[in-house]
Amino acid sequence: MKPKNQRLVLVAAAIAAVLLAVLLAMWGLRDRASYFYTPADIVAGKAAQGQAVRLGGMVEKGSVQRQKDGVTIRFRVTDGQAQTLVTYRGIVPDLFREGSGVVTEGRLEQGTFVADTILAKHDERYMPPELGNLAAEHKAGKTLER
Amino acid sequence: MIAETGLAALWLATALAALQFVLMVVALRTEVAVGRAMRSIAVVQGALTLLSFAMLLLVFARSDMSVALVFENSHSAKPFIYKVAGAWGNHEGSMLLWVTVLSVAGACLGLLSRRTSERTVVAALGSQAALALGFYAFLLIASNPFARLDPAPAEGRGLNPLLQDPGLAFHPPTLYLGYVGLSVAFSLAVGALLTGQVDSRLARAMRPWVLGAWIFLTLGSTGGSYWAYYELGWGGWWFWDPVENASLMPWLAATALLHSISVLAARGALKAWTMMLAVIAFSMSMVGTFLVRSGVLTSVHAFAIDPERGTFLLALLAIYVGAAFTLFALRGATLKEGAPFELISRETGLVINNLLLSVVLGIVFLGTLYPLFVEAVSGEKLSVGAPYFNSVAGPLALVLTGLVGIGPLLAWRREQRPVLKRLTVPALLGATALVMTIILAPGIGILPRLGLTLAAYLAAASILPLIGRNPLRAPLATWGMVVAHFGLAIALAGMAANAAFTSERLAVVKPGETLSVGPWLVQLQGVTPAAGKNWTAIEGELRATRGEGPVTLKPQTRYFSDPPTETNEAAIDTFWNGQLYTVIGKPDPWGGWQVRLWWKPFVTLIWVGGALVALGGALAFLGHVWLRRRRERQWRRELYA
Repeated sequence: MKPKNQRLVLVAAAIAAVLLAVLLAMWGLRDRASYFYTPADIVAGKAAQGQAVRLGGMVEKGSVQRQKDGVTIRFRVTDGQAQTLVTYRGIVPDLFREGSGVVTEGRLEQGTFVADTILAKHDERYMPPELGNLAAEHKAGKTLER
Repeated sequence: MIAETGLAALWLATALAALQFVLMVVALRTEVAVGRAMRSIAVVQGALTLLSFAMLLLVFARSDMSVALVFENSHSAKPFIYKVAGAWGNHEGSMLLWVTVLSVAGACLGLLSRRTSERTVVAALGSQAALALGFYAFLLIASNPFARLDPAPAEGRGLNPLLQDPGLAFHPPTLYLGYVGLSVAFSLAVGALLTGQVDSRLARAMRPWVLGAWIFLTLGSTGGSYWAYYELGWGGWWFWDPVENASLMPWLAATALLHSISVLAARGALKAWTMMLAVIAFSMSMVGTFLVRSGVLTSVHAFAIDPERGTFLLALLAIYVGAAFTLFALRGATLKEGAPFELISRETGLVINNLLLSVVLGIVFLGTLYPLFVEAVSGEKLSVGAPYFNSVAGPLALVLTGLVGIGPLLAWRREQRPVLKRLTVPALLGATALVMTIILAPGIGILPRLGLTLAAYLAAASILPLIGRNPLRAPLATWGMVVAHFGLAIALAGMAANAAFTSERLAVVKPGETLSVGPWLVQLQGVTPAAGKNWTAIEGELRATRGEGPVTLKPQTRYFSDPPTETNEAAIDTFWNGQLYTVIGKPDPWGGWQVRLWWKPFVTLIWVGGALVALGGALAFLGHVWLRRRRERQWRRELYA
């Protein structure tokens, strides 16, 4: 191969690689990104049944109930406007408690949110960015636009 | 006084960096020889930041609560090692560490680079000074670690207990050595683009820096993965958390750079491509720093939401990356073409390696930043996790692993021997592994199955470069490559085995009751209170048997009072063929306890493999440095003879 052609081929290969990465990423992101919803969104029917999503809000005070098997809990997540019932099987993370923020990952099944993971992995001062806005908007007395 | 000394040292270092940058501009426009002056300035600047960082360690060691940072992140009752480690377990301190590594790297560049062209070194030192200036400004304006409180509080607020772990004491410094070590490759590339001297001599000067940084990145990611595994108590070893991706992206770029540098060093080809990768690699370090330090992402490491800092970091990122790419666009095309090579050659193999690594990097990059992009554009919130990364990047990573076995067998420039023939034994091993997994474990997923197959194949194929010659006479760098590629196979085997064969049990048991997980029978003996220096805990005692003698595991739930937090301390027992991982949870009102058990066959191979990869890097590093020294000595002898 002549050096000139070689450079052309290399540049073409690099461009092809970038395109490939972008295309693959777009294809993957289209159906593998999970959206973040609040209970108000769930009530408004924004999340489809069975679709992997994240649900965030506050754990409602007095709503945490342990089921008979000892390892399943049910609790309500609230954003001040609406509530969603969540069930979760597993050991709740260290910072999960009533009245504090929580983000769960899972899917909606017949009106109940079945959580695979609870992501309350932050320190006690921490507020997930999604909820940070929410709390601020709430304080200002604004209604959520979404 | 201590804090003020630290701050003064930082200001002085800033002034020197400005001077160093001005000298570079002067030197490039005129023929004034400023090399020696710049080297000395770089060394003094490095020493000043070291002094500043030492002062920060000192105020933390002395629990000087009049320093705001100590008050917010320390507590007098903390064990000494975590008091010291607390110095970099927070935003300001870790940025100071970052900057310290940056300017010490600059100092080493000034001290050690003798064989590179002087003009390139001068330009590189100027670039390093420009980088340091921005981050000094960031520290002094937006994140002063030495700010005082008046009056001084009596007691501090404490450090997040998750971070009170020996792993954390070493994890950030290791990672930063890797992140910021890449800054030297960036500066050398910028310097060489400015002077137009992109050649194999530059590649040989750059290589130890990239190798060194890459070793630390490998160790940092491997160690971070193990920390998350045992400290978070979720049984997983990689969560595709943005913070993990922030260390994976520079690693991927540095891996690509490492391989393309060897082409430039040996054959003088891939000039523009290598310079671009050097720019991208450190850009990824800065992107990672931005992601972690600006708090834009939901994650364990995102300490607080602070738009001022985020904007500042983003501006720095835009300036440096923008400037480097502009320079590349202006000068990249004027570089002379490299030495030609045929389609089937070592060069082509390394180009394919680079392309695949770049594609994986692009996928990880887009997946990590996509949520930010969507939120900025439409305000919608979403997250991208394991399903995306595993299914999009996973298959490509497997293809790459398959090719890792072939590349090292190819000759430079042109390969005419039938190389695939040499791969017969590895291919047979892979096929055997595939058949065995189909017979013994028909139900496992496609990716783990292919992973096990490729791991068996690569473990054999990676050794081939040492076969057919006297292995003891092979260069140390070849040994390094073999060990690193073998380590990759081992790590892949661990990942695939963990994904395919893990068994998990979650139940409530009363003392005396038994659970089974995998081959193990685990009995809860009892639950007792325990205490440490700054925590109390409940501790479960589990007795596990599988035919052979019993082992005892003691998982805990710890309660910290400053700040009030609970953490799960998993108890893990390691055997030759896997790990038994146990977590104790909450009690129920009838005297039962939540217990979660995992049996994870061969999971340890993941980190053993990672360590082997780093060891391979270290061997190659020694090999190259040693070879250079010997050549240098020989060259001098000839000169004086």
